[in-house]
Amino acid sequence: MIKSLKVLHHPLAEPLNQLEILEAHSKDTSFREKLGLYGMFPLRSSGIDILQINVGKMCNQTCKHCHVDAGPDRKEIMSRQTMEQCLEVLKNSDIGTVDLTGGAPELNPDFRWFVEEIKKLGKHVIVRCNLTIILANKRFHDLPGFFKENKVEVVSSLPGFTRDRTDRQRGDGVFEDSIKALQMLNQVGYGAEGSGLVLNLVYNPAGAFLPPAQLALEKEYKAELLSRYNIIFNSLYAITNMPVSRYLDYLLSSGNYERYMDKLISAFNPAAVSNLMCRNTISVGWDGYLYDCDFNQMLELQVSTEKSRHISEFDLQALSNRSIVLKQHCFGCTAGAGSSCGGSIAD
Amino acid sequence: MSNHYYNAEDLAKFGNVAEYQKEMADKFFSYYGEVFKEGHLTAKEKSLIALAVAHAVQCPYCIDAYSSDAFEKGYSESQMMEAVHVASAIKGGAVLVHGVQMMNKVKEIGM
Repeated sequence: MIKSLKVLHHPLAEPLNQLEILEAHSKDTSFREKLGLYGMFPLRSSGIDILQINVGKMCNQTCKHCHVDAGPDRKEIMSRQTMEQCLEVLKNSDIGTVDLTGGAPELNPDFRWFVEEIKKLGKHVIVRCNLTIILANKRFHDLPGFFKENKVEVVSSLPGFTRDRTDRQRGDGVFEDSIKALQMLNQVGYGAEGSGLVLNLVYNPAGAFLPPAQLALEKEYKAELLSRYNIIFNSLYAITNMPVSRYLDYLLSSGNYERYMDKLISAFNPAAVSNLMCRNTISVGWDGYLYDCDFNQMLELQVSTEKSRHISEFDLQALSNRSIVLKQHCFGCTAGAGSSCGGSIAD
Repeated sequence: MSNHYYNAEDLAKFGNVAEYQKEMADKFFSYYGEVFKEGHLTAKEKSLIALAVAHAVQCPYCIDAYSSDAFEKGYSESQMMEAVHVASAIKGGAVLVHGVQMMNKVKEIGM
C-alpha cells in the first residue's frame, strides 16, 4: 500500500515547504499582482452559499494526485462535537448547500448521522464519494440506498472511461470497482432524468497537463460509459490538478513542475476570477478551522478574518465580506476554462 | 544563430513569425484555429490526425505539440502509436507503390 507523505515524514507533508516551493517558482508573476493588473485585487467573498466540510483525511485509496494527502494511514477525523458546531452555524444561516468531502467522508463514523441532521435543516447535501468505498466493505454496500433516502447529490471521480487512465492515477483495481459502484448508483435511480437523484462525475488529468474542454469531454464520457457499461450520469466536471501536496510531489519528482506552473500562469483567464469557488464557499477542516477553499486548507492558510477562524466563532457577516488568501497555487483555478469543485467556470 | 536547427523553446515562439509578415501570419493562425475547432470531426479526432501527419512530415514541433494534445484529449499510448503506424504505412506504401513504376520502366527497356 502507498503511504501518505505525512507518514513517510516527507518534506512536502509540511505546508510551509510547499508554499516555499510555490512562491520561489514565479517571483515575477505573483497571483495577487496578476489580479491587480485586472483591478481584481483584493479578491473578496461574494457571500457564503456553500459550506464545504472536510470530515477527515482517512481514505481507502491513496491517489497519486491527492491534494489532501489522504489515505488509509491518515487518522484525522472530524469529531461529533465539531459536526454539531457546523450544524449550529447552518441552523442560524441561509447557507443552502453543504459539500462533504475528505478523504472518504463515509469513513467518518458519524457520517450518516451528520448527513441526516443536515437534511433535517432543509439543506442540499453533496457528498464527494470516491465510488470504491461502496465496495470496500459490506457495511458500505447500502450507501446508494442511503444517498437516495437523503436525496444526496453524489459527485465522484473517474479520470477516464478506460481502466488504464483511472488505475494509473487512483490505484490498481479502482476502475473496475468504480464501474460496479456507478452501476449500483444507477440501479437505485441515480443519474436518471426526472429521478431528482443527481450523479456527477469528475475528470482530472492523469498527468502534468490541463483538462480538455469540459462539454466535449462530457459528451464523450456519456457515450462511452453508456455503450461500454450501460452507465448514465448527469454532468461531468473537468477539474485542474492543483500543485499541492501529493500532486506537487509528482510534478517535482517527474521533472514537470516548472513546465506545469508556467502553463498555469500563461493560461491565466481573468474571466474565471469572478466565479472562483472561494468567493461563495467556506471550507471547514476536520478540526473545525476555516479556510477559503480545500486547497488553502491543506496549505494551512486560514481565512483572513482573525476573529472568526474556527467554526465555533463563525461570524457570517465578517466571513461574507472577507478578502481571500491568495498564493501561487491559485493559478490552478484560473487557468484556461478555470476550475472549481463544480468543474470549469469560464467559457 | 543558435547551435541547433531545432529548439524546443521555439515552439512557443511560433506566433513571432508575424513580426516579418503580419497579414499573412494573422490569416494563417485564424485559419489554423478554425481548422481545429469542433466540426464534422471532433477536436479530439482532429488532434489524432494532426499527430499522424506530424510524424509523416517529420516536424519535431508538431510531434511535441500533438503528442501532448492527443494524450491530454484522452487517447491512450497504444492508440497514438497506431496512428503513427498509419502514417508509417502510408509513407512506406508511398515508397513501395512506386516500385510498380520501376517495374514498368524495366519491362519497357528490358529484352
